[in-house]
Amino acid sequence: METAVKAQDYSPAPVNQALTSDDKLRFLREMLRIRRFEQAALKQYQVGKMGGFLHLYIGQESVAVGAVSLMGANDHVITAYRDHGHALAVGMNMNECMAELFGKATGCSKGKGGSMHYFAPDKNFWGGHGIVAGQTPLGLGLAFAIKYKGLKGAALCFLGDGAVNQGSWYECLNIASLWDLPVVYIIENNQYSMGTSLVRSSAFRTSLAERAQGFAMDWDVCNGEDLYEVRAKVQEAMDRAHKQSRPTVLEISTYRYYGHSVADAKHKVYRSEDEIERYKQDHDPIRLWKTRLIGEGVLTAEKYDEIDSAARQEAAESVKFAEDSPFPTAASISEDIYFEVDRQTIAGRTGKHFFND
Amino acid sequence: MPEITYREALRHALAEEIERDENVVLLGEEVAEYDGAYKVTEGLWKRFGDKRVVDTPISEAAFIGMGVGASMLGLRPVMELMFWSFATVAWDQIVNNAGFVRYMSGGLINCPIVIRGPANGGTNVGATHSHTPENMLANIPGLKVVCPATAYDAKGLMKSAIRDNDPVMFMENTLLYGEKWEVPSEEYLIPLGVADVKREGSDVSLIAHGRAVLTALKAAELLAAEHDIQAEVIDLRSIRPLDEEAILKSVRKTHRAVLIEENKPFCGVDAQISSMLMEKAFDDLDAPVLRISAIDAPAIYSPALEPLQLPRPTDIVSKVLSIC
Repeated sequence: METAVKAQDYSPAPVNQALTSDDKLRFLREMLRIRRFEQAALKQYQVGKMGGFLHLYIGQESVAVGAVSLMGANDHVITAYRDHGHALAVGMNMNECMAELFGKATGCSKGKGGSMHYFAPDKNFWGGHGIVAGQTPLGLGLAFAIKYKGLKGAALCFLGDGAVNQGSWYECLNIASLWDLPVVYIIENNQYSMGTSLVRSSAFRTSLAERAQGFAMDWDVCNGEDLYEVRAKVQEAMDRAHKQSRPTVLEISTYRYYGHSVADAKHKVYRSEDEIERYKQDHDPIRLWKTRLIGEGVLTAEKYDEIDSAARQEAAESVKFAEDSPFPTAASISEDIYFEVDRQTIAGRTGKHFFND
Repeated sequence: MPEITYREALRHALAEEIERDENVVLLGEEVAEYDGAYKVTEGLWKRFGDKRVVDTPISEAAFIGMGVGASMLGLRPVMELMFWSFATVAWDQIVNNAGFVRYMSGGLINCPIVIRGPANGGTNVGATHSHTPENMLANIPGLKVVCPATAYDAKGLMKSAIRDNDPVMFMENTLLYGEKWEVPSEEYLIPLGVADVKREGSDVSLIAHGRAVLTALKAAELLAAEHDIQAEVIDLRSIRPLDEEAILKSVRKTHRAVLIEENKPFCGVDAQISSMLMEKAFDDLDAPVLRISAIDAPAIYSPALEPLQLPRPTDIVSKVLSIC
């Protein structure tokens, strides 16, 4: 199922009218940084520098960059395991992210979380969660806490099109609407839940977001290849959260160029190479944004190359940083389990917490 | 000292902590307007209002996960499971999110929640409502587990659990809710990880947690009255952290240990303790460490039979007589 591209131009939306040329170039830079970071990571994965899974976000960059660009001090974000894009968009640096993939002590989670579990609470980024839809109750909790504290904020909780068939999410939709919680559930619909296409995994009439209708909740769909549209639609949902404390389900159509993870060997079996190429040619969010900015006179081909080179350079340096960083010590396996133990509080020193000896 | 029920002791602890800390919020099914399915939270909604005492839909995965998420932003949710048996539908939230979020974030996050509710058999509600998952949850590094046996312990442990900065699984018992114990009016806390000698003795250590402690105390009376055996009863109170020293101290004194729990035997809490005694008290033991657990079957419904499934004082007496 290819995205039905709407003809509407979202550049006149107030949230986009307010953008300066620098803002627009910054979005380009952020999207390119995500892409070049992940391409560098993929290369390192293929030569055995990291273990486990690597779920690449390439093709979807406009979604995280567009949504995160709207966040204020009391807005929070949480996502699933395809989390590199959101992490870099909130301002985590490539070094800590690459080092985490390498399992190094300098990684954002000290090598304890890996690709699927990036966190940056200081940047209002709450992960990075490995279980499909497992983050959706946590996102609800962020919204609950925002409201409990009387703050004007929103919790942006991302989930994939595969997550919409997990029961916990429906429990969340009910509570979010029932209690007027300021959560925005953003379905990043990249058309495939692992190796199963949308039409083979989900029953729907016109969209997945429509399921919110049954919970008396506002919902919308969005063409994710257009950064202006992402910003306009996410802003609308955030306004609803900020001003009315009401939740939204927003389904953003997008596409991933790589498999579910790098270990997904069949991703050119369950979909055609033609389909992938078509997206790269006609729907690539970076390519479209580049064309748009050149058309607006904000960007030149030379400036684009300059930004792209810087992103590639930064990614290459992050690989070197990760390479040069030490592995965590064996003793660190037993750290960061209990707050009270880590801090050596009285509670942490009372009773036996660990049972190897 | 006034006598109050186990249920009232819990309620007092919750009320005191709600008053003390504006971030403490009670959440759960029927905890507010209905006054609690087992009346633990009776009167709290009227007293503290909608913000602090919140009725949830029957959606354990969502509201437990919601509490975990809210705790990451500094709230201290105390969430009631109407039965700990219902934890199975929230397992991902309890284990992966509450248990592991600190580790996976390299220590950037902590999760100061309490999940509380009854975890016991013996009430003829069948296997689905009679789970005792203290062993399963104590198996998760990152979670803490407590099982108070008396009103006094329930109150003091609940207050510590709420103030603790890690996730605490608090397992109560419906058969104890109406039982009374002496509880002081003035404030007190009982730290997690400290066992209690409920009865001093010199001949055998009876080591138990939860309601099995009371069964052990009855057995100790029988042993003293009928067999001239002085049993010491150790109440673990807290499973993780565990007061290993208290166990070893008692066994080094009595040289015999019988471990009692209402859970099933396979990989039960007492399997852990038995292993520890083998390793650390081998030379102090004059007899094999013995265990008494629930009969290894799903909890039976039949009111005539269920009492036989759980450890009884006479079971303990027989076991003790086989080694004393």
